[in-house]
Amino acid sequence: MFGFSRPQLIAFLVLLVLIVFLPFVLYPVFLMRVLCAALFACAFNLMIGYVGLLSFGHAAYFGMGSYVAAWTMKVWHVDASIAIALGGLTGGILGLGLGYLAIRRSGIYFAMITLALAQMVYFFCLEAPFTGGEDGIQQVPRGFLFGFINLSNDLTMYAVVAVVFLGGFLTIHRIIHSPFGQVLKGIRENEPRATSLGYRTDDYKLIAFVLSTTLTGIAGGTKALVFGIATLTDVHSSTSGEIVLTTLLGGLGTVFGPVMGAVVMTSMENYLAQFGAWVTVTQGVIFMICVLAFRRGIIGEIGNALKLKL
Amino acid sequence: MIMIFGIPGPLLFGQLLLGLINGAFYAMLSLGLAVIFGMLNIINFAHGALFMMGAFVAWMLLNYVGIGYFPALILAPLIVGAFGIVLEKTIISRLYKLDHLYGLLLTFGLSLVIEGLFRNGYGSSGLPYRIPAALQGAVDLGFMFMPIYRGWVVLAAAVVCLATWAVIEKTTLGATLRAATENAPLVQAFGVNVPRLITLTYGGGIALAAFAGVLAAPIYSVNPNMGTNFINTVFAVVVIGGMGSILGSIVTGFALGVVEGLTKVFYPQASATVVFVVMVIILLTRPRGLFGKAA
Amino acid sequence: MNVSRRAITLGGFAAAAGTIAPLTAGRAQGKPTLRVGCLTDMSGPYKDLAGPGAVSAVKQALQEFGVAGKGFDVEVLVADHLNKPDVGTTVARQWFDRDGVDVIVEVANSGVALAVANVAKEKNKVYLNTGAATSDLTAGACSPNTIHWVYDTYMLAQSTGAAMVKSGGDSWFFITADYAFGKALQRDTTDFVTNAGGKVVGSVTYPFPGTTDFSSYLIQAQSSGAKVLGLANAGTDTINTIKQAKEFGIKMRLAGLLLFLTDVHSLGLEVAQGIVLTDSFYWDMNDRTRAFSDRYSVNMKGTRPTMVQAGVYSSITHYLKTATAMGIEKAKLDGAATISAMKAMPTEDDCFGAGSIRADGRKIHPSYLWEVKKPGESKGPWDYYKAVASTPADTAFRPLDKGGCSLVKA
Repeated sequence: MFGFSRPQLIAFLVLLVLIVFLPFVLYPVFLMRVLCAALFACAFNLMIGYVGLLSFGHAAYFGMGSYVAAWTMKVWHVDASIAIALGGLTGGILGLGLGYLAIRRSGIYFAMITLALAQMVYFFCLEAPFTGGEDGIQQVPRGFLFGFINLSNDLTMYAVVAVVFLGGFLTIHRIIHSPFGQVLKGIRENEPRATSLGYRTDDYKLIAFVLSTTLTGIAGGTKALVFGIATLTDVHSSTSGEIVLTTLLGGLGTVFGPVMGAVVMTSMENYLAQFGAWVTVTQGVIFMICVLAFRRGIIGEIGNALKLKL
Repeated sequence: MIMIFGIPGPLLFGQLLLGLINGAFYAMLSLGLAVIFGMLNIINFAHGALFMMGAFVAWMLLNYVGIGYFPALILAPLIVGAFGIVLEKTIISRLYKLDHLYGLLLTFGLSLVIEGLFRNGYGSSGLPYRIPAALQGAVDLGFMFMPIYRGWVVLAAAVVCLATWAVIEKTTLGATLRAATENAPLVQAFGVNVPRLITLTYGGGIALAAFAGVLAAPIYSVNPNMGTNFINTVFAVVVIGGMGSILGSIVTGFALGVVEGLTKVFYPQASATVVFVVMVIILLTRPRGLFGKAA
Repeated sequence: MNVSRRAITLGGFAAAAGTIAPLTAGRAQGKPTLRVGCLTDMSGPYKDLAGPGAVSAVKQALQEFGVAGKGFDVEVLVADHLNKPDVGTTVARQWFDRDGVDVIVEVANSGVALAVANVAKEKNKVYLNTGAATSDLTAGACSPNTIHWVYDTYMLAQSTGAAMVKSGGDSWFFITADYAFGKALQRDTTDFVTNAGGKVVGSVTYPFPGTTDFSSYLIQAQSSGAKVLGLANAGTDTINTIKQAKEFGIKMRLAGLLLFLTDVHSLGLEVAQGIVLTDSFYWDMNDRTRAFSDRYSVNMKGTRPTMVQAGVYSSITHYLKTATAMGIEKAKLDGAATISAMKAMPTEDDCFGAGSIRADGRKIHPSYLWEVKKPGESKGPWDYYKAVASTPADTAFRPLDKGGCSLVKA
């Protein structure tokens, strides 16, 4: 199913069981935060892990998705499903426009151009009146799903977030294991060869980028609904940096790595919140250890030790 | 009064001059980045943090040891440069064979650590550092009031930038350096200790950042966040000037300072964003930057 | 008294057992526990004016109230909101939902403050804000669960703006941080300046955060010919603007629209002398404030409290009085009822003396206009201000019927 190998299927089932039972043990709002971060990281991983392009500006799509979902929810009182979908659409359209410019460059120049474009999006959000400046869009109602499911209960909301996450997760997995995904990996390994085989590599890269930013927008929109708030933090460059760290920590180019990265990062932020600047110090140390000692990330290293592809 | 684009002429000249002063900082910082990138192939994200360290070391020298501004201008870069050498030896040297991205990520982590530690130790509301007595006061230029210290910053920055450029382009040491960038094994075969050369280059680049930090200390309050505010702009400068191009980073540094200064008159809110607009345009039209060599 | 640093317990797997248990256990033992959450800036630009000093003020209030003999326990939780509204809401939600927090205090930063007010209202808890400037907290965004304790943009604008015009500073230029708080401060001050017969000749809005060089804006201000330079910003930005104004020989009078004692300390009197500012508390006002500040200094390495930190002490003291009077169990149960009781009881403490709380949640007391002393006038460490003028409590804040707060009956 979905191109899972046997060990991957087992890992996926474990994940599924955890998603179903953990909200009865742990604080659901915390778990929702983890799931939103996990979807964001998985979408980001699609670019860095499978196309080999490091985007240093993914916060732009996350933040815009979050703003649009929050705004439509609060002002137009749309259905929750529409708000999340509009978040995704925003991410996708923005990704199409900016990606069209960015994919002309590769390697470090791609990272730099995505960073610069994201800074411009940040500036737009700072100046545009509808975003509410540094207060953000607050008091966003969770509203109703399909008109009749009231989301104000945390567990109901959790169920929706879990479904959105699983949908995104499986979509990404499906993409990677499709012929399209194989071409992407071909481009990552050797772009000139892919070109010489007759693939229009730019088109492939752009489609992958749009898919990634759409899912990122969905993650942003869902987050806005869960917490009832969309702010400048979501579009800020530090969010772009954090998602790189999350994915790297879990394992670039692994299926489950981004999820693991999101679990560890969110727990850490949560636990360290009382210690002020120690959050950044700890994050920095982990970043360095990751790059120096285990570049494959947590899941990558486990997979390597077990000789499995996770 | 002369009006230019609806702005009084004197005001515009004032802004140009101020832009040049900020450009001096961009030039010094991006110069160090460019040298490090050229030699080590590392994009040193920690540059801003090390710039901040330069300012802090100057502050510590004054408050703990009683060493004043001018000795600090020499000592602080040496101390921070030595710290850079230790970093290079212990950590950064492990990444040379890997993709650029890992260097970027590692130094990004490094900057988080350094800034976080200083924030814990010294808070973030900033510590005062006085302008040295010899450089206090201001000159009336007619169109604006020019603090002597700011003039000194431009002068010092210009001298240091030119000296660095001269060392790299005009001396035997510089020639060896450039050769090692092109073909390290060959240069090594000639009996040059290339790893040591690389270590010293990194130390040198860091010392430049620290020097800029000491210059900045009396202007801005000595603050753990002072590097973060600069680093994104400085990256843009390096990319626009052409990665690794020495002259490119100096010229672009000053030029972008001026562009930013003018934006502050016409559309001040955008002054932090304008460099990124320029960067996108340059990357799309001249991907190797204004002064970069074709790959 | 049980003061713990367990702020937000580990979000991971170990959390469940440790956090749900105490809620039920507390009642079983028959000794109720009040949980006070101090949500503040522990690492950012407001660390010095609130931060650890605010935490210390909470503990001081508990100690001096003498919780030990009153038949209940108090637990203090601390978290850093990192100046991000989303972090603020997350922490507030978690504290109310999971950790059984009854009251959140402090929250410097207007954006975060508004976000936390929403959560406190939703969960019917008590929210005592001392650090945020926005006057919206008692206007459109007022809530039956919020008290805004120390100051707001209206108070600052009225005191500084009107007083400057009265003393001849009738033309203004603003340097404004490009965010909601900066713009609100400029807007409110502009009203007072024009009403008092002055005029605003120009303003410049600069990118926030991230601006360190203000020279360009200062030159623009200078060339506008205005007499007064209004600084509609806060923290490090204000410090840098003032330093650079001095460096560039700006001859305008500086009006710090929001300047704290710790900012002046960081600037030094040499640079800060002559600046006019508004605070509702200064440590050297009278014997009681001096006594309070001496006790505060013991725990805070000799530093003196800002009005925000004094406000934390004052608000927690009043909360404890009210909670004891109405019964701890009842106070824990219904936040809005507790706030109503707090409004009904007059306030009285060492920092602000006698005062009261209005229907819209505004704590009222006089505001004071100060001028920073010249180095020669200062008699010792932290001796920085001399009094210029004061506005009595009943007119220091926006009139009750002008804010549009839904709690005020027409």
